[in-house]
Amino acid sequence: MMNQPIKTSIPKPPSKIKNYVTLLLVLFLLWGSSIQTDSSLAELVAGFPNMMDLLNQMVPPNWGYFDNITDAMLETIRMAVIGTTFGAILAIPIALFSASNLIQNIWVFYPIRFILNLIRTVPDLLLASIFVAIFGLGSLPGILALMVFSIGLIAKLTYESIEAIDPGPLEAMEAVGANKIQLIVFGVIPQVAAHFISYVLYTFEINVRAAAVLGLVGAGGIGLFYNKTLGFLEYDKTSSIIIYTLVAVLAIDYISTKLREKLL
Amino acid sequence: MSEAARKGMKPKKNRAGLWGIYLALALIYIWAFSGMNLPEIKPTAGQITKSIFNGMFHPDWDYVSDPGGEDLLHGLLDTLAIAALGTFISAVLCVPFAFWAAANMSKGKAASGTGKFVLSFIRTFPELVMAIMFIKAVGPGSFAGVLALGLHSIGMLGKLFSEEVENMDLGPTEALMATGANRFQILWFAVIPQVITGFLSYTLYRFEINVRSAAVLGVIGAGGIGTPLIFALTSRDWNRVGIILLGIIVMVTVIDLISGYLRRKIV
Amino acid sequence: MKVGIQKVIEFKNVSKTYPNGVKGLKNINLTIEKGEFVVVVGLSGAGKSTLLRSINRLNEVTEGEIVIAGKSITNSSGASLRRIRRDIGMIFQSFNLVKRSTVLRNVLSGRVGYHSTFRTVLGLFPNEDVNLAFEALERVNILDKAYTRADQLSGGQQQRVSIARALAQEAKIILADEPVASLDPLTTKHVMDDLRRINQELGITTVVNLHHVDLAQEYATRIIGMRAGEIVFDGPVEEATDDKFSEIYGRPLQNNELLGATV
Repeated sequence: MMNQPIKTSIPKPPSKIKNYVTLLLVLFLLWGSSIQTDSSLAELVAGFPNMMDLLNQMVPPNWGYFDNITDAMLETIRMAVIGTTFGAILAIPIALFSASNLIQNIWVFYPIRFILNLIRTVPDLLLASIFVAIFGLGSLPGILALMVFSIGLIAKLTYESIEAIDPGPLEAMEAVGANKIQLIVFGVIPQVAAHFISYVLYTFEINVRAAAVLGLVGAGGIGLFYNKTLGFLEYDKTSSIIIYTLVAVLAIDYISTKLREKLL
Repeated sequence: MSEAARKGMKPKKNRAGLWGIYLALALIYIWAFSGMNLPEIKPTAGQITKSIFNGMFHPDWDYVSDPGGEDLLHGLLDTLAIAALGTFISAVLCVPFAFWAAANMSKGKAASGTGKFVLSFIRTFPELVMAIMFIKAVGPGSFAGVLALGLHSIGMLGKLFSEEVENMDLGPTEALMATGANRFQILWFAVIPQVITGFLSYTLYRFEINVRSAAVLGVIGAGGIGTPLIFALTSRDWNRVGIILLGIIVMVTVIDLISGYLRRKIV
Repeated sequence: MKVGIQKVIEFKNVSKTYPNGVKGLKNINLTIEKGEFVVVVGLSGAGKSTLLRSINRLNEVTEGEIVIAGKSITNSSGASLRRIRRDIGMIFQSFNLVKRSTVLRNVLSGRVGYHSTFRTVLGLFPNEDVNLAFEALERVNILDKAYTRADQLSGGQQQRVSIARALAQEAKIILADEPVASLDPLTTKHVMDDLRRINQELGITTVVNLHHVDLAQEYATRIIGMRAGEIVFDGPVEEATDDKFSEIYGRPLQNNELLGATV
């Protein structure tokens, strides 16, 4: 088989069985998923004309509708501002109590982290649905959902930053007899403040996007208008809502990203 | 902003700029709060909260598995299937977008800039609205959810993939070019092996996000566990709400753990 | 070399001006014959790398023409350019291996120019190619690492993999751009020995850029000195005395330009 004799023996190729099994497993999962969800390309192709029809009705957008939804857009942003702010304020103590380098007691920081993890598993729209069931329609359930979501995210990111800070200054302060509060004010806060603000801005960006659809479950903001216009088959108005949201979200993202770049 | 925020900014900004920021923040907050009506809290709120917690602690265990019909496990499985298929579709479709948006692969700054803009456009288009549009096309159900996630996730995955491509080492590409390989061979032998693990890791990460999204899609009728949750909420069946919430929490936690383990393993 | 004269690389009035106006190469005329072991020396920025990289057109020249074994690479494009490149192996300072791929796959990637896109993408390399790759690895003494990932090898081993890649390519010319600049003195000697052995045993024309003048004196058959984009010395190694090197560098030699007695 060989052209020329090779002096030393050729090493054996490593077994590839593991790769094949993994590939097979993934294919099986995808195949099962498509059965479970009744996915079929044929259905997509069949539905394609409907979709084009819909897109046709969405273009051109009803530009005049912008006036009607400006208030709702502003309300959406307000909800995001308030939800993020309260979430951020509540996240501070939670983050401090979750940081293992500040609270050495594992019976404190592990349970708090566990609860934080639980909070982050529930999608914000489901939180909003629950709050709507409790408080009724309006922006209050939306704000509460955003707040709970913000606590989960900001507290996690912040406690991770706190754990990553340089222990030198803390040790130096402990050596001169500072108490816990002094330690936090003079040792921890200066080191994580910029990160914290950056996380708040980042969460705010996410919350603006989330707030724009909370209305679909009755939790206030511009999302309410999707239900209205889609219900009355006014697709040109739907597309103006989408465009308005896109512009607002992209503008806020841009400003927030610039601010975050300056901060860090 | 908090005390922490001000302290963090102080040394970096000059005084006038700092006061400008305080003023802007103050105006934003005055605007935000003055625009809100004082919320009227329904008198029943406390009682419902209690019922929900009660439901959480006395979940409707019978709902977990009901051989005859729509039970919790079926709903969760459906949710996972939507997320898996949607993630797969987007991971495949986003690759050309990623190369388009990557500055070191695209022809010129204008091209990659356009690619980046298209991706951020897709990312910003709410997935729920996409789902509503797909429902119009293929009817309500899980398939609409799959398509919505598949399309929406292109935005984020495409961005992450393109960053992975931008961060790769161009040396092997040059070496392959020097051996006389054509463009596609360079891509296959020098680019793909470098970026594939990053791609896989990001795909798993997006899968974690999509599991959460898929749990929501049912709210507007695009399949998954969201639909029975909404039914349970509107019919005030708190024990069922409780078991569904528990189910979602367990599912998301388990998926996060598995996916996180796999991601650490492949890097 | 005394054997039959066969022009392998020819520079005809080649100049290179960068977009910012800096001249990289100034009217270079140069002929390299089959089997030569040419070492190009000069200060960094003298144009050594530009000269080398324009041979396989990784750098474009702005004037003149470069001819490889009778074919103008300057006027080639598409498939014919790739066909010429296939015969030129290149070795880089930073090895330029795909770190996550196995050694064997890296060496086989030297073969892709010989096959259709479809075939290579499916990984259907013919048996002869695989044998060629093993032989190449054997020649540089790392056959046992064939199925190891490239990033698990030391620098010297990685550089030998890239030599094996050029061998598997069945290149008629090997270009080596500062091949030992990232290696320690001992590995440097191994890699240079490999290059010399390949040059002598297989008759592959070799052009190497080097920083260390004593290495140049030890390994080259012919030395080319460059300064400010021009060839200021070109002759057999015997003529390249330390004084000549000082002329090329425009100043006396410094210690860091000698690998020294560490080897």
